[in-house]
Amino acid sequence: MEQVIANGLYLGAQYALIALGLTLIFALMNVLNFAHGQMYVLGGFITYTVYGQLGLPFVMALLASGITLAIIGALMEKFLFRTVIRRSLREESTMLLAAATAFFFDAVILLLFGEKQRGVPKIVKGVFNEGGIIMPYDRLVVGALALIFIAAFVLYMQYSRVGRAMRALAQDRVAAQLMGVKVDRYSMIGFAMGAMLAGIVGGLLVTITGVNSGIGGPISIKAFLMVMIGGAGVVGGAIAGGFILGMMESIGLTVLRQYGDVTYLAIFAALMVFLSIRPNGLMGKPWG
Amino acid sequence: MMLSVKIASVAAFLAIVFIAVPVLIAASGRTDLYYTLTSVALLSIASAGVWFTFYIGRINIGQGAYALMGGYVSAILVMNHGWSFWPTLPVAGLFCAAASVLIGLPILRLRGVYFAMVTLTLTEVARLLALALPITNGAKGIVSIPLPGALSVFGLTIIPDFATLQNSRLAFYLLAVTLMVVCFAVMYRLVHSRIGKLCQSLQQNEELASSIGVNIAYLRVIAYAVSSFFGGVAGAIFAAISQSIYPSSFTVTDSVNFMLNCFLGGLGYVFGPMLGTLVLYFGWDLLFQTGQFQLLIYSGLMIVLMLVLPNGLLSLALPSRKS
Repeated sequence: MEQVIANGLYLGAQYALIALGLTLIFALMNVLNFAHGQMYVLGGFITYTVYGQLGLPFVMALLASGITLAIIGALMEKFLFRTVIRRSLREESTMLLAAATAFFFDAVILLLFGEKQRGVPKIVKGVFNEGGIIMPYDRLVVGALALIFIAAFVLYMQYSRVGRAMRALAQDRVAAQLMGVKVDRYSMIGFAMGAMLAGIVGGLLVTITGVNSGIGGPISIKAFLMVMIGGAGVVGGAIAGGFILGMMESIGLTVLRQYGDVTYLAIFAALMVFLSIRPNGLMGKPWG
Repeated sequence: MMLSVKIASVAAFLAIVFIAVPVLIAASGRTDLYYTLTSVALLSIASAGVWFTFYIGRINIGQGAYALMGGYVSAILVMNHGWSFWPTLPVAGLFCAAASVLIGLPILRLRGVYFAMVTLTLTEVARLLALALPITNGAKGIVSIPLPGALSVFGLTIIPDFATLQNSRLAFYLLAVTLMVVCFAVMYRLVHSRIGKLCQSLQQNEELASSIGVNIAYLRVIAYAVSSFFGGVAGAIFAAISQSIYPSSFTVTDSVNFMLNCFLGGLGYVFGPMLGTLVLYFGWDLLFQTGQFQLLIYSGLMIVLMLVLPNGLLSLALPSRKS
């Protein structure tokens, strides 16, 4: 039982970090970023290259992942999404763009890194084994790092000038603009931060699960699930959604094991029921 | 548009798909094109369904689920219950429509991205269900489904047995194209009817529509059921053509593609999905020669198209409604 909870918390921490990036982009731009999973994969491969291939320290690899993805995110916002939002009659058109960029990233990743499953050497060796909980140390480190990043993100959004501007933007774009917030600049920063978070999680998780070019889509779907549970565009909701999904996955894998591979089926079914009662998730605002 | 122009363009379109295309293919000997064009026709039927949910202001990325469901319903009825293929076609559609009413009642209350995300996961649910249920035969799928047999009414054979035909590809092409024409005729009629106008009011503002007495809950379930019916029918024929169906026959990628077809053709135009499917499918096929760069060029072109024509291909030919 303790093991299940520990696994759930560990999964939840990384999931929450994935969902945060997605929900940030959604809150600022009303864009559902289909390419989020692909950004995660890209971050993973960059860490794999810098840490696994070049042998540089892990922290540097993580930084490289984060910075590269932040630059990519900023460029995407400036040259792609901003243009399409301005020219399009319906704002859903950004979904086509997001899906196209997801395909594009898939292609780039496949060309640059191939289709093989890649892993890196463990960052910390050994296994924690006490009080009925067995957990490799590297998972503990990754879980703790994920928690630190979540805390840093929340504090940054809450207390920094940029964070305040972005929250204003998420609340009401027009009002924020009237109050003198530079909407374009903060949209770009927000998109860059969302992409950076995806890259960082990718870099963190490549040390444990490894990475391959095909997992982008499934990761995106999981991120969508978390955002739906917690409510789209709300930071607290993304964190809650991440931990809830992590916990459900951990419990489901233990309880439903004898019925075969039905954990996600059960989660989806539960989600349908939940959403019919609370269409906007736990904390989401109505959207329409 | 003048009525005579309309009739002429419809006649020209029918002449092209029913006469010109088979003649040209027979002349050039490229019978493999039949398969491509059949796929385009079927995919555009499914995309038309997605388009209709766009018409009520919902982003539907779950059409793959209904296509898969339709394919399995038809395959199971033919294989396990000894049905002929033809009656399974409407049954598959109706089964999907019924399922979509059940699923739609709760999820159609969601809007915008929430609906998009739920329908996206719906595709994944369908795949997992197909893997888990005993009747669908798991990952092995259902294979060697017989070709459609003869269909006769009062002893008069309307459609010959596909297995006895020399060129079953041509037969499938004609079947798919006929259904596509019927489907788009129905769509056109629907959109230009009273229901179509009401659906448009949903797209613009559901609260306002509801306040002037439009039964929005009823309308959107109907629209979703029509959409899923098309998805189911398309899936059933696909299963018959490939004579097999697997849980991976229709995946999230297919669902996203159905949505992309609509976007590319243009959401404001009934025939948008047809054009979008044709362009996307052929574009993908043509890029096959570029080998490993296929996906890169394809997605790059899509991004460029989106930047240049964010309102769809048909916005070039038709004046935009907003201006």
